[in-house]
Amino acid sequence: MFRFRKAILGLALLGLTGAAFAQASIKITGIGRNATPKEIAAWDIDVRPDFKGLPVGSGTVDKGQEIWEAKCAQCHGFFGESGEVFNPLIGGIQPNDMITGHVANLTNPNFPGRTTFMKVATISTVWDFINRAMPWNAPKTLKTDEVYSVLDFMLNIAGIVPENFILNEKTMRDVQARMPNRNGMTSNHALWPGREFGGAAKPDTQNVACMSNCTPEPKVASLLPDFARNAHGNLAEQNRMVGAQHGADTSRPEHQAGDKQAAPSTPQPAVEKPVSSADASKPDAKKAVSLLQKNGCLVCHGLNNKIVGPAYTDVAQKYVGQVDYLAAKIKSGGVGIWGSIPMPPQTLNAAETRIIAVWLAAGAGK
Amino acid sequence: MHQRDNSGRLIKAPENFLTQSGIKTVFAEAKKGRRDFIRHAFAAAAAGAAVPAAIAQGNPVPTEGGDPNILNLPAHSTGLGQGVAQNDGYGKPSQYESAVQRRQSPGLTQTTQASVSFAPLQSLFGIVTPSGLHFERHHQGWWDIDPSKHRLMINGMVKAAKVFTLDEIMRLPSVSRFHFIECGANTAVDWGNVAVPTVQYTHGMVSCSEFTGVPLITLLELAGADLKNGKFVLAEGADGSSMTRTIPMSLIKSGEVFVAYGQNGEMLRPEQGYPLRLIVPGIQGVSWVKYLRRIEVGDMPYATKDEAVHYIDLLPSGQHRQYSGLQECKSVVTTPSGGQVLLDKGFYNITGLAWSGKGKIKKVDVSVDGGRNWRTARLESPVLSKALTRFNIDWIWDGKPAIIQSRAMDDTGFVQPTYKLLRAVRGTRSIYHNNAIQSWLVQENGEVKNVQVS
Repeated sequence: MFRFRKAILGLALLGLTGAAFAQASIKITGIGRNATPKEIAAWDIDVRPDFKGLPVGSGTVDKGQEIWEAKCAQCHGFFGESGEVFNPLIGGIQPNDMITGHVANLTNPNFPGRTTFMKVATISTVWDFINRAMPWNAPKTLKTDEVYSVLDFMLNIAGIVPENFILNEKTMRDVQARMPNRNGMTSNHALWPGREFGGAAKPDTQNVACMSNCTPEPKVASLLPDFARNAHGNLAEQNRMVGAQHGADTSRPEHQAGDKQAAPSTPQPAVEKPVSSADASKPDAKKAVSLLQKNGCLVCHGLNNKIVGPAYTDVAQKYVGQVDYLAAKIKSGGVGIWGSIPMPPQTLNAAETRIIAVWLAAGAGK
Repeated sequence: MHQRDNSGRLIKAPENFLTQSGIKTVFAEAKKGRRDFIRHAFAAAAAGAAVPAAIAQGNPVPTEGGDPNILNLPAHSTGLGQGVAQNDGYGKPSQYESAVQRRQSPGLTQTTQASVSFAPLQSLFGIVTPSGLHFERHHQGWWDIDPSKHRLMINGMVKAAKVFTLDEIMRLPSVSRFHFIECGANTAVDWGNVAVPTVQYTHGMVSCSEFTGVPLITLLELAGADLKNGKFVLAEGADGSSMTRTIPMSLIKSGEVFVAYGQNGEMLRPEQGYPLRLIVPGIQGVSWVKYLRRIEVGDMPYATKDEAVHYIDLLPSGQHRQYSGLQECKSVVTTPSGGQVLLDKGFYNITGLAWSGKGKIKKVDVSVDGGRNWRTARLESPVLSKALTRFNIDWIWDGKPAIIQSRAMDDTGFVQPTYKLLRAVRGTRSIYHNNAIQSWLVQENGEVKNVQVS
């Protein structure tokens, strides 16, 4: 109970009142069991900056390139440069950065974007993340040596290690000593909630609650350009139909002072119609598109634009009416018809595959 | 709907998707727009012109001796209504509320699984966010996990590593507390300049719920954690991204951090981490690990991907602030706000939300002249620590241009900063932790715009 008293005291200091911290008044028994060594090994996968948790293994740049082209390039580009789907991973590093441990381009406001290797200070972070979360659609499926190889390849194209560099649990330390932004982090700020880092205790802004004549005449320094008026859709449809204000009808140009203005339109709610059991041979765009979203298809294919794979409208044009062919293609994946980036086999069930195929064969319309 | 923004305007995403040319375009257009704005909005006022009679009358005097909505009884007054327990036993909002939805911001992200949906703050009342409108932020898609198969493991610097089932966690002494959760990248798109039109897109990555669960300290004690040398814990999720975050032991010892299964009286929604998530009051949402599967007690910070590559704040010096999780005091007016139209002159109740990651809101001031003069708003109860607080204040709109702002102060005495103060120390490329005072311009035509003032 000593700890309970201390906790209450701590809460009082935090300005919390009342018994905000539930605690059984008798010893808790019979809840939880000891984890087995096997269970801990299965889940305790994190790797710390001091390399605690890093498994023994090794990889090469060549092996890494093979894995990269099969499993990573679809999203990240062949050289980790692609910003099509995610932020670029590679780029923006200069040889001198490896010496200083500071990425010079971070102070250059004209340098476009910030790549992973421009930012990350600790190589353990990248190993850990590939191991736990990559590939995007099949996380935790890479073997230990594959993680080393993929990371070795990335380090090579980033210019941090040579082509013959063997990356293993020991050479990771050599890489750490060459990380371009290894000295680029600071915890000297007041945005960490405890005192564990010994950072600043005082917030970095000190506004005061002035009440009158606080500023000169304010001027509008930034607002949305007119051409972006409807970029977020019609705002009239994004506000309740009743209320102190209604949404602005951004589907039309803004009326100017003095113009005759129609009352701002209020959206007519879409009253749901009962769902009919649609014939499976009729295209159902809503269903098809929601399946595309659910299964991550739109990462690589745009509805009307090519991303890394062809646009759905282009596929539809090429295979008009060919439901069975399209369904088979979705199942099997493929490469070469639209370009060199392969589409992996998909795991949708037959009914879902059919909904997409029927919609595609009918023109991929709305 | 996943789409690309083809208007030529690119928006800075929380994860830094904006290209340099995009920034330049937005800036250039904003400059042009500003000239237009000054010409159009202030020309009339400067010339002493009368307010245009363009504002529609919201409640006109009826011509036929009365309002048909009163004179002709509607069907619902003269017929039999519906029965109980419709909709499979779970009530839904009115069909007339279909405009109130959480939405994606066009062009912000390229996938729906590593994306954001924003809560419609402009349409919400009080302090609780309805669970179905709670903002979403997923890193690798969301799952609906069978709770009978979910496990929580505690390991690391403990006497004995432990495994718990939901059945066991739900037997432990529980707490129920209201807390806000705010993404560290909330309002990020406006760091450099105005980029989005409404409060849904500027501030919609904040929500507030009553969460129910078990203080993490209780579980750590059951495992015999070394609370003296174990200065940090790692929290880890069970989903594809297996989100990991470093949490300070000091917050856990205080009893504030808890492991939650409940949200607004029911179980968590899948999008919010069903069946188990971490609650870290006052700290950015990414630390509130969803689908929580493991807690490791350790003696150093972990530098996980989302605290070493993302969620780090770039300073003008080229250094990044790391381990910057606190959500400092912030507020925003939700009505009137960007993208809305005032239908008539006269009385309005300006209302909005205030919150602080350090404690309670002490005071909120509101300005209608762009920050020159301020009046203190009413705080609606309850006023709770590290929760959203609702404020409101009377206003008579005279039909002239007005710039509405709110400025919150928390019980540590910290006052919400202006953009000017924030940029003076952090520059314009910091992305995260933007708690600047928000400005809404009410124009003479009644339309409200998101603006920044100098």
